[in-house]
Amino acid sequence: MGSRTRLAFSALLATFHRDLVVTGREFIPFLMQALMQPLFFLFIFGKVLPGIGLAAPNFAALMLPGIVALTGMIAAMQGVTLPLVLDLGFAREIDDRLLAPMPVWFVALEKVLFGALRGAVASSVIFPLGWVILGTGFAVRTDRMFALLAMVVLTGLVGSTVGLLMGTIIKPDQISLMFTLIFTPLLFTGCTYYPWGALSRIRWFQVLTLLNPLTYAAEGLRYAMVPTVGGRDFPTLPLIWILVALPVSVVVVFLLGTRTFGKRVVT
Amino acid sequence: MSGSAYQPENAVVVTHLVKRYAKGKTNAVDDVSFAVRRGEIFGLLGPNGAGKTTTIGVLTTAIVPTSGGASIGGVDVAADPIGVKQRIAVVPQQSNLDRSLKVREILTFHAAYHGVGRRERGELADRLLEQLGLGERKNEKVSAYSGGMVQRLMIARALMHEPEVLFLDEPTNNLDPQSRLFLWEKIAELRARGLTILMTTHDMEEADHLCDRIAVMDHGKILVNDSPEALKRMLPGSSALELQTFTERVDHAQISEQIALMLRSLPGTARVDTTADADSEEPGHYTHRLFGDNVHSLIGSAAQAISENGAEVRNVSVKKPSLEEVFLSLTGRHLR
Repeated sequence: MGSRTRLAFSALLATFHRDLVVTGREFIPFLMQALMQPLFFLFIFGKVLPGIGLAAPNFAALMLPGIVALTGMIAAMQGVTLPLVLDLGFAREIDDRLLAPMPVWFVALEKVLFGALRGAVASSVIFPLGWVILGTGFAVRTDRMFALLAMVVLTGLVGSTVGLLMGTIIKPDQISLMFTLIFTPLLFTGCTYYPWGALSRIRWFQVLTLLNPLTYAAEGLRYAMVPTVGGRDFPTLPLIWILVALPVSVVVVFLLGTRTFGKRVVT
Repeated sequence: MSGSAYQPENAVVVTHLVKRYAKGKTNAVDDVSFAVRRGEIFGLLGPNGAGKTTTIGVLTTAIVPTSGGASIGGVDVAADPIGVKQRIAVVPQQSNLDRSLKVREILTFHAAYHGVGRRERGELADRLLEQLGLGERKNEKVSAYSGGMVQRLMIARALMHEPEVLFLDEPTNNLDPQSRLFLWEKIAELRARGLTILMTTHDMEEADHLCDRIAVMDHGKILVNDSPEALKRMLPGSSALELQTFTERVDHAQISEQIALMLRSLPGTARVDTTADADSEEPGHYTHRLFGDNVHSLIGSAAQAISENGAEVRNVSVKKPSLEEVFLSLTGRHLR
């Protein structure tokens, strides 16, 4: 490795270290921000609705992977989008990193990697949270741990790459409108609160959900988490679709995001 | 001045630089060439929209040139932006300090981004904070800092990776006089240490005081590029000898006319303005302004002309041409 390459990677590591230090200092606020919504979702949809007979008892087991996916994705996106919009808009704190001796796209790469880490941490915390809230309703199969790990990481990467793209497109004065216009559809068409297979009765919507990378993350986590019933696996999107769609989404959205990022910082 | 070969004595070379933005109707920078010598302070002056920021943007790799080129220490900004980033540091006009970090960490992380070793960056940070008078408040966050402290901290940060060329964008804008003087001292010290500095400013006094050479830009072009002294000499007859006179005689109007006539005939005089001092209570007070290139040498003969006509000199002063006048004569008075 040439000295130039070593310098670039050491700059990348230093920016990652900076994010670790900053997030580490506000770890509790970060957790509260990431976990408030899933906490109530788990409670209402996993405990209250089944408890009053408005949802099937196994609904919690189907929804838990969706919550893991959603939480990871949102935490990853939030870690990238909002700071980036403010930074590129007026704070310009990012300039210091853009002037570091590394390619400009490394700055975007670091944001994505760190966002994915945030997402993975938030996803992971759902497990103890679910165990506490759902009690006996908490059910996760343990024979697909590797798949689970891979899905958690991929979910974080999907969230952070989408976050990068959004963060480089949205202008500060559009922030609340864009969040509503992009976030809301993303959340509700992502098969987080319902399994994809059950949508066969609303075919057009089922097809529509395939455009949302969150669908693949949620279904991938269902594949890794939902326990077998009578020795049979819960039917999810075919694993191969998931294993193609998630990495492709990560790469394509990252390339798009890096491009728009580059245009924002070098004219 | 457009050094085509990268001569080692030049830290910054800009050659026929052109930048046209995607939506621009004209070139923001229009065939600009200049060189900054190693160890000099070079001022880039010009009204808003003149093209200074774009020029600096190209030199700091944030803007890609449309044509022409620029290099820092012989390294081309477009071909090797990373090599350029190793050699430069930028102090922007507005704070872009990392508000999530503590002051000392801002410096140490900056150095880490540039590959400075852990022990070295800690020592350097402490030393710079001490030198810039921030040593006692290094564990605070910048939100507690005043404008002057922020500016000093940004300079400290810029020095953490020991750059060859420092870019200062209006370094003392909005600072109190104490901070301004302190920064002027520090900037002069940096030059003494061999650092090359390229600065922009709207403060003509600052440019005059600090810069070895000044380029005045407007409409994307460099109009002049010379030392402040040479620029001030550009305006002929712009230094003025001001003489306040008084006479008790009733024919003071004729006397002052006579004086003006004699002053006009003095060698090297370009123009004489004579005004009666309207705000003085007694009549007979006049002010004569004598414009010329070397008005100092005329003080004696001017005083003589006045006393010969029966008036007395009450006050004498010499007004030098200011850089501001040069700037305005080059770029015009209209607002942008």
